[in-house]
Amino acid sequence: MNKIGLIIQREYLTRVRNKTFIITTLAMPILIAVLIAGIILIAVKGKEDLKVAVLDNNGFFKGNLKSGTDLSFDFPSGVDTSNYLDKGYSAILILPKFDGTPKTQYYIRSKKSIGFGTKQAIEEKINAAIEDNMLQQVGVRRNELDSIHTLSRFAELQPVVEHGNKTEESNQELAYGIGYTSGILIYITMLIYGMMLLRGVMEEKTNRIAEVIVSSVKPFELMMGKIIGIGAVGLTQFLMWIVLIMVLSGSVQFFLPHDVMQQVQALQRNGGVMPGGSIMQASEGAQKFYGITHALGTANWPLLIGCFLFYFLGGYLFYAALFAAIGSVVEDVQNSQSLSLPVTMPIIFSFLIMSVVVYNPDTPLAVWSSIIPFSSPIVMMTRIAYGVPGTVPYWQLILSMLSLVAGFLFTTWLAGKIYRTGILMYGKKVTWKEMIKWAMRK
Amino acid sequence: MNLLEIRNLKKYFATQKAVDDISFTIEKGSIFGLLGPNGAGKTTLIRMITGIFYPDEGQIMLDGRSFDPTLDVVNIGYMPEERGLYKKMKIGEQAVYLAQLKGLGKQDATKKVKEWFIKFEMESWWNKKMEDLSKGMSQKLQFVITVLHEPKLIILDEPFSGLDPVNANLIKDEIYNLARRGSTIIFSTHRMEQVEEICDHIVLVNLGKKILDGSVQQIKQDFKEHKFSIQLSEPPAASESSAFDIIEQKQNRLVVKIREGHASNDVLQYFLHQQATIESFHEILPSLNDIFIREVEGTKSETRAFQKL
Repeated sequence: MNKIGLIIQREYLTRVRNKTFIITTLAMPILIAVLIAGIILIAVKGKEDLKVAVLDNNGFFKGNLKSGTDLSFDFPSGVDTSNYLDKGYSAILILPKFDGTPKTQYYIRSKKSIGFGTKQAIEEKINAAIEDNMLQQVGVRRNELDSIHTLSRFAELQPVVEHGNKTEESNQELAYGIGYTSGILIYITMLIYGMMLLRGVMEEKTNRIAEVIVSSVKPFELMMGKIIGIGAVGLTQFLMWIVLIMVLSGSVQFFLPHDVMQQVQALQRNGGVMPGGSIMQASEGAQKFYGITHALGTANWPLLIGCFLFYFLGGYLFYAALFAAIGSVVEDVQNSQSLSLPVTMPIIFSFLIMSVVVYNPDTPLAVWSSIIPFSSPIVMMTRIAYGVPGTVPYWQLILSMLSLVAGFLFTTWLAGKIYRTGILMYGKKVTWKEMIKWAMRK
Repeated sequence: MNLLEIRNLKKYFATQKAVDDISFTIEKGSIFGLLGPNGAGKTTLIRMITGIFYPDEGQIMLDGRSFDPTLDVVNIGYMPEERGLYKKMKIGEQAVYLAQLKGLGKQDATKKVKEWFIKFEMESWWNKKMEDLSKGMSQKLQFVITVLHEPKLIILDEPFSGLDPVNANLIKDEIYNLARRGSTIIFSTHRMEQVEEICDHIVLVNLGKKILDGSVQQIKQDFKEHKFSIQLSEPPAASESSAFDIIEQKQNRLVVKIREGHASNDVLQYFLHQQATIESFHEILPSLNDIFIREVEGTKSETRAFQKL
């Protein structure tokens, strides 16, 4: 036992002291935080500011075509396609006579190409103007229309999940985000650390230090030491990331403009409603920010982080042993790639399953692939994000965890036998068939 | 007293008898040569003695007890033929780590590594990485790592390959020192002149079987061809005798082979009768190299690399 400890210590320390490890560990959350801050900033700062001159041949658009926050419509005279830029407009909208045919084509001309979102916004506004015009023609007055438009925004779908006799807010967007992110993280790290292990074992073999070491310790001890040591490196990296992300996300608010932050605080105090008035008073940015922080608060973080660490470690251990076995039989990188394909394939395949399951977490495919240890580390996390025991009943979670533990005990036992033979075998190209033969041997 | 006793050791691989019923004993404090062509089964034999492989059959007794791979790790130091260490790891740390794996405490290990580094003038290497060392330097380091924990049994596979004469002598002296202090050394090599120089006792294996076993002197005696070299002051007048045949003659120097039923004195008498002045007369014993080639030649020794499993 003491010797496994020594091996774990060496594997761990040589990697953690490595410059690349320190840099990636520190840089990753900062990079992610900067990215998130950037996205929020852009969302707060708004989109393109577009001033559009309208050439209307109908007459009813003036008054019905409403300007928005980033989009203003003007109906100037004496402006045409040749001089709209000189007159201070960034685009000109040409509305030919509307004859009632569907898919009437309108044109907007601008120097710079307008964005996809802006195009949709203008389209919607034109449609709304036409709709309003039609309603006016059957006798609805303009001021009635305005009050109907403001008053009719009722629906905001709020899914609620039942827990016995309690109910809980559920947030599909958040579940999707968390599920997808943790699925990707486990997928990437399983491959990264699995490959790291493979290279480490191969290095020991090609360096011929393996023979020196196995004259001091049992091959199985060496293999376990390496697997645990590298797993500890991965765990360290995750824990550091979690701490760093928490610290950094706490500081995201300092990137927000002061007035927006005040609105957010006001929203937080009053449970999402601006004091003394309707929610519409708060700016779009402040609402978004409040929405994100509020939604994040609804997730069960201790459960999520706990399960994440379990499935990361379980998945790592399940595949690591197989990677170690491959590392022990190869002597060059090329050969290792072709031999590791059967191991990386299920990982990639479970990633594909995960990207389907994240939309439909309750299908039989989702249930079974989150229980079978080949794919459970990646798939189960995306389902857990949707809620335990709502989407994932306890029996499924327990069965999945138990089968993962049983799975990695089995792969480790199997790999140990291949490793024992492979690590001292030189000058021979080993095939999967032979590896299986070694594994089956007593 | 015997430090190591090997009884009827067998290790069969799927298609080959790598070690087929080998027995021998090694006396405590002796330097023992384990010889054999490539693929003879030496490495398999050594791996069983170091506890890497379990024998299929047979027994290994170390220091009077049955050999236990887990407990006896600390009693054995093994330097494999193909050697290597971690490239990116600092040399000092590496040596301490490997000594700890042998069962030494950290402080004890550090102290011993420092002592050896001073002895071999390697102190300045401590913080260097393996990849910065020359082949000779890494060889020295490997030797230090092998003997650091003062094992009772030291197994060296081709310890001098890649060493310049100065460093080879340094290691050779250290081997003698270790033997004098009671360590037993198994020395595996192809270089017969080194074996003749260093070893007290040898075993020759081929195709998994032991062919020769004995002291170097004894084996040479066993294989002697009754050849003698004689130097006379002037070329002999006649050289026909019933006692011997002349194999080679260069002026006044002759190599003769004594016939069955005659002795070396018959040769001397013959030349004394001729009133010749004998300047020198000595027996030519076969070199281990000759014996090795003679014993191994013709047998189909196969290298492990090509063997089927």
